[in-house]
Amino acid sequence: MSGREIIFENVSKFYGEVLGVNRVNLSIPSGITSLVGPNGSGKTTLMNLMTGLLRPTQGQISVLGVRPNQPELLFRFVGYCTQFDSFPRGMSGYQFIYSYLRLYGKKHAEADQLAWHALERVKLTDAADRKIAGYSKGMRQRIKLAQAISSDPTVLLLDEPLNGLDPLVRAETIAMFRSLAEEGLHVIVSSHILHEVDAISDQVILLSSGYVVAEGQIHGVRKEVEDHPMQILIRCAAPGILASRIFEMDSVVEARVHVDGKGLLVRTRDPERFYLTLNRLVAGGVDLESVAPADDDVHSVYEYLIGPDGGAI
Amino acid sequence: MNAGSWALWRSQIAAILRLEIKKNFLSRRGLWVYLLALAPASLFGMHAYVMLQRGRACDFGRDRLVFATVFQFFFLRLAVFFGCVGVFMNLFRGEMLQKSLHYYLLAPIRREVLLAGKYLAGVIMTAAIFCTSTLLSLTFLLIHFHPSIVQQYLFEARGLSDVLAYVGVTALACVGYGSVFLVMGFLFRNPIIPAALVLVWESMNPFLPSLLKKLSVIFYLQSLCLVQAPVKGDWAFLATLTEPTPAYLAIPGLLLVTLGGLILAARQVRKLEINYGAE
Repeated sequence: MSGREIIFENVSKFYGEVLGVNRVNLSIPSGITSLVGPNGSGKTTLMNLMTGLLRPTQGQISVLGVRPNQPELLFRFVGYCTQFDSFPRGMSGYQFIYSYLRLYGKKHAEADQLAWHALERVKLTDAADRKIAGYSKGMRQRIKLAQAISSDPTVLLLDEPLNGLDPLVRAETIAMFRSLAEEGLHVIVSSHILHEVDAISDQVILLSSGYVVAEGQIHGVRKEVEDHPMQILIRCAAPGILASRIFEMDSVVEARVHVDGKGLLVRTRDPERFYLTLNRLVAGGVDLESVAPADDDVHSVYEYLIGPDGGAI
Repeated sequence: MNAGSWALWRSQIAAILRLEIKKNFLSRRGLWVYLLALAPASLFGMHAYVMLQRGRACDFGRDRLVFATVFQFFFLRLAVFFGCVGVFMNLFRGEMLQKSLHYYLLAPIRREVLLAGKYLAGVIMTAAIFCTSTLLSLTFLLIHFHPSIVQQYLFEARGLSDVLAYVGVTALACVGYGSVFLVMGFLFRNPIIPAALVLVWESMNPFLPSLLKKLSVIFYLQSLCLVQAPVKGDWAFLATLTEPTPAYLAIPGLLLVTLGGLILAARQVRKLEINYGAE
């Protein structure tokens, strides 16, 4: 098993007779990886399996070479911000971070310094001495995040980490994820907010009803969805003329003028051939402003694979 | 396993103790445990108050036997017993219900070390509460007697041994019942069922075969009580010591039962999963 990746080997988890995830095979490298899927698709189950909070019914998991049933080794380098919005009774933000750092065996001075550093990173130093019970939803989300990063992990698991954050903090938090990933960390984010995931992920894992339906870099995943012709948006001054020329191509399934009248939306089953032909048109004097794929984002891929209602594959 | 591991485990257990005691000791949720613990003390306190008001004391020998009866029948069998149900069954189950157990499981701690830390915290809390109650009760037992009687009892008769035995038995009851209810907390969601089962088992002790008698906590505790409770009538069987065991066997015996409970609990904690939705 690789010591630099998170590996799932034929992992299944059943809650009694209810399926959590089924026959999952994954290899997750460093960088930001997003788990995307609707509620009940198995995102949290995968994260809980990675951290030993759940045991697989079958299969094996290795996180950088360590099995999740060895918490004494695993959590030396793993931080997990769970989705559970609950905290130990009667604690202030600082006490929460500090007390749990002491569980690592850290001395007072080191735990104190790490706790304040984590609180600074999530901008909660002003509220550090207030009881968590009085925190807003966004503050509770940030204190969980602080707890997850407080021990300087190299694998960071974040279950819906942007829930409840205001736009400013959300942008800062995303920037923090990026900087952590640039430092070589494995950052695994689960989310159902697709455009956020699309903006920050190096790779995505699409889940539906407990199955991994696609994985990899988002553009690569899009190529695999051959049943759905790729949409390409061509910005140009005369879309009508361009449409008449493009319809002559075999690979084009559909071409329609964009709603703003300043471009053409083309659907093609063979984008490589389409681009080559388009180059010839441009060489022949057709004037284009820009050409860009219109549906190789997570949202489109997700919709193609799982359906608009997030139902069955 | 080396010196470094032991040092780490010690510091982790100390951290768990601090956390648990801060969260649970003297919390409002545990109010009923403190009231239960204080019940015998308040009983003896009221008796002492009435006697002092009337300006006379009772027969010391008789009061001493009353204390032994209350201690063995109410305090050990009900107050400490149910106090331990409340504290130890909630060490893990309570945190599952509060959805905060995962924070412990996300720290680099062996599950067995977590179990040891939580169990020790429970023993410290219950022993502090119930030993204080025992000492208070004994103080109230003696307070209305003439100082010369008290002095004679404590320093010339076997009074100090009695006091040490009562406090020691109380602490051992917390140790023994603690491990029993710790493991029950993993096996049962509802504390009433295991509490009833163990209560029946403990009450049946005088009728059990010799080997099964030893799989109980009260068997050893009763052997360690220096003053026999003088119970007659229908309930006399509860006070009958069918196989009195000397202290040098009773204490290791109780500790073996405790260890058995802790080993079972350790097996359960290794398998523990966080599935709050099922709670």
